[in-house]
Amino acid sequence: MRQAKLLRRVVLLGLLAVLLSIAIGAAQPGQEYVAPAETTLKAVAQQFFGNEGYWTGVMGATNRKHIQDPSFILIENPELPIKAGAKLWIPTKAWADRFMWVCYPDSRVFPQCLFGGGQLVVASWWTAGGEAEGLAALFEIYKEEAPDVQVVNATIAGGAGFAFRAVIKPRIIAGNPPDTFQLHAGLEVEGYEPEKYLKPLDDLYALEGWDKVFPKDLLELLLYKGHYWGVPVNIHRSNVLWYNKEIFARYGLTPPATWADFFAIADTLKAQGIAPIVLGNAGGWEAPHAFEGILAGTCGATKYKGLWTGAVPWTDSCVTDALNVLKRILDYVNPDYAALTWDTVLEYLKAGTGAMNIMGDWAMGWFMAKGVDIGWAPPPGTKGIYVALSDSFSFPIAAPNAANVPIWLAVCGSKEGQIAFNMRKGSIPARTDITPEEKAKFNPYLQSAMDDWARDAIVPSVIHGAAAVESWVTDFKDVINLFLAAKDVKDAQDKLVRAAQAALK
Amino acid sequence: MLRVGRRFRGERLISVLLFLPSVVLVGLFVYGFIGWTGLVSLSNWNKLSPDYTLVGFRNYLELFGHFRFQIDMRNLAVFTALFVATSLLLGFLLAILLDQRIRGEGFFRTIYLYPMSLSFVVTGVVWRWLLNPGSPQMGSAGINQLLERLGLGSLKSGWYTDPKIGIIAVAIAAIWQMSGYVMALYLAGLRSVPEELREAARVDGASELQIYRHVVLPFLRPITLGAVIILGHISLKVYDLVVAMTGPGTGFSCDVPAYFMWESAFHANRFARGGAIAVVLLVMVSLLIVPYLIYSLRREARV
Repeated sequence: MRQAKLLRRVVLLGLLAVLLSIAIGAAQPGQEYVAPAETTLKAVAQQFFGNEGYWTGVMGATNRKHIQDPSFILIENPELPIKAGAKLWIPTKAWADRFMWVCYPDSRVFPQCLFGGGQLVVASWWTAGGEAEGLAALFEIYKEEAPDVQVVNATIAGGAGFAFRAVIKPRIIAGNPPDTFQLHAGLEVEGYEPEKYLKPLDDLYALEGWDKVFPKDLLELLLYKGHYWGVPVNIHRSNVLWYNKEIFARYGLTPPATWADFFAIADTLKAQGIAPIVLGNAGGWEAPHAFEGILAGTCGATKYKGLWTGAVPWTDSCVTDALNVLKRILDYVNPDYAALTWDTVLEYLKAGTGAMNIMGDWAMGWFMAKGVDIGWAPPPGTKGIYVALSDSFSFPIAAPNAANVPIWLAVCGSKEGQIAFNMRKGSIPARTDITPEEKAKFNPYLQSAMDDWARDAIVPSVIHGAAAVESWVTDFKDVINLFLAAKDVKDAQDKLVRAAQAALK
Repeated sequence: MLRVGRRFRGERLISVLLFLPSVVLVGLFVYGFIGWTGLVSLSNWNKLSPDYTLVGFRNYLELFGHFRFQIDMRNLAVFTALFVATSLLLGFLLAILLDQRIRGEGFFRTIYLYPMSLSFVVTGVVWRWLLNPGSPQMGSAGINQLLERLGLGSLKSGWYTDPKIGIIAVAIAAIWQMSGYVMALYLAGLRSVPEELREAARVDGASELQIYRHVVLPFLRPITLGAVIILGHISLKVYDLVVAMTGPGTGFSCDVPAYFMWESAFHANRFARGGAIAVVLLVMVSLLIVPYLIYSLRREARV
């Protein structure tokens, strides 16, 4: 029985691999070629690609192969003739194009391009459970495609990457960046001054056909100053109301659709000694995170987006409403929220002493790991609104192992990579070409998220770097954190107005 | 005569050469970077790559008008006052107790001094657990739980999660760490009071309290000054304890300027504002230390 299942899986995976190799032409890049008579590198390039300029691709691919299998020749001088019987490796056109995109005659990248080897330093803030496993799955795929490269996993822990960015930035200014680093899709890229420090990925997007497989909303988000600076690996939803099903069933409650419903439920639960809604704000970003979800609800998708582009003023009454909701929520939260992080607070929901929590869908990974059967719904007012964020990987101009980065980015954007990564990470693939069979492999929450993603209005998350530049995010965060103690709606709104003016001027 | 002069010059050259590397290194890495930070604080550097366009004191004006910085300065004042005063008082009391030639003095001395051997990060993590208030739903934790068990439930507090007293909770941890050190300083001071003086006072009919007041305390004055300087500059620069223990806290009730400096520079890319905060901190520390240096240099000159 189990063997049959395994067999079926193997066959399915094999089929998938074949399909994938057709779809992206990259899974098994290239073929072996034994020179029948003495020839030159350029002649071989001309023969296979109709363009002798591809000699760099043939040389790079063969030398990489040589590192693992010395029966392939080592080409040290491209000008010398190639003897009869010499074994070469001819890459696929897609591989060669990707390779030649980065391997121009530049003394910094050229040697590594032509001779292979070296490292790939991948910097991210993924250290916990599912996310680390997802990253490891990407590394596995990368190693298959580039066995000559040693992958270095350089992580800096900390939720939402606040600590991470503080470490990466000085390294970038100092000209010593990792080869590729994690970046939220959206205006967060402004904080890295990409025109100066990052490589635009437009040509790679065209080569890989990403401008066709990533959804329009996401592509818009990724475009900054007219260029793409990162390759997205996933989509997360920021606005999810998690609720303890057992408590809701016990008191005959249904997930609230409006804030009036919410507070009615909250009163019922408070009377029972249950914390109606729990919050963990030890990181300082969790309460502002909840607030962005509230704001999307009171303002609606169009106005919420407008707040960040300057089309809607922050004096709008929907901002006042959102602040009033947050103020009222604070009467119902657990008193120790300043001592708890986003994940430690979920213990309340697990223990049944807290009923609801607003957090992004990475919380699902926590619930699954702890075996909690959790309920989910959009927070009040946000049905049909998907507050989204996406993790992407960038390409610093000064990457020490630039020659090894294009394959990494291609893996990140590939269907194979995205499925392997997201099933473990607990997010949904950014690509739109996921088939129903592939979708069925994801857990029920993620399947519902995929449905919502296809149907809902997509708006960008602030706290997770999509909607605004980092200095504005910091101000926004500070205003909400002050508000938690001061509870002064008018003062907070004034400060939000000023923060917007400073950012949009 | 000539030979002696040459040798003297040769020795001088060697000593200058030996001295030079440290002068150059300190000059560059301490004073050079102080100067550079000062320059940054007057610049328009508000994105990742440096921009040294000078904008005068705009960053300082904005900073002093910023709500977070105002809260931070208030917190710092409360923290410093509480931390320095309580550490001195506790340290002094502990030293007097230990000075009574009790049995097992070495044991107690080690116990009181131990917290100082920890880094503020460790202290911060431990006190974050100890002062985690817990909640009615999940039960009390840490010190609150202890109070509850002792039947002192009415003394329970939100500690650092209560915006009204946040920074006081941080100060408690800092006092715990440093009062043992103050004790060691005072104990050394107490031991240096000549026994003859005490004897003489006793002969003159002074009570033990009067001896402490009129004989011992004047002896301890330089130690108190030194302790104030050491505790004061630790307190003004406090950062790691806050990071490890609380973060900025609800409504910035645990926030300090050094934390704001870090967030300004490396989160918001406002390097100029970060530089301005750094300079303000430097000025505050120098207000404390420079007079002390002058004072002690003069004293040395007199001796």
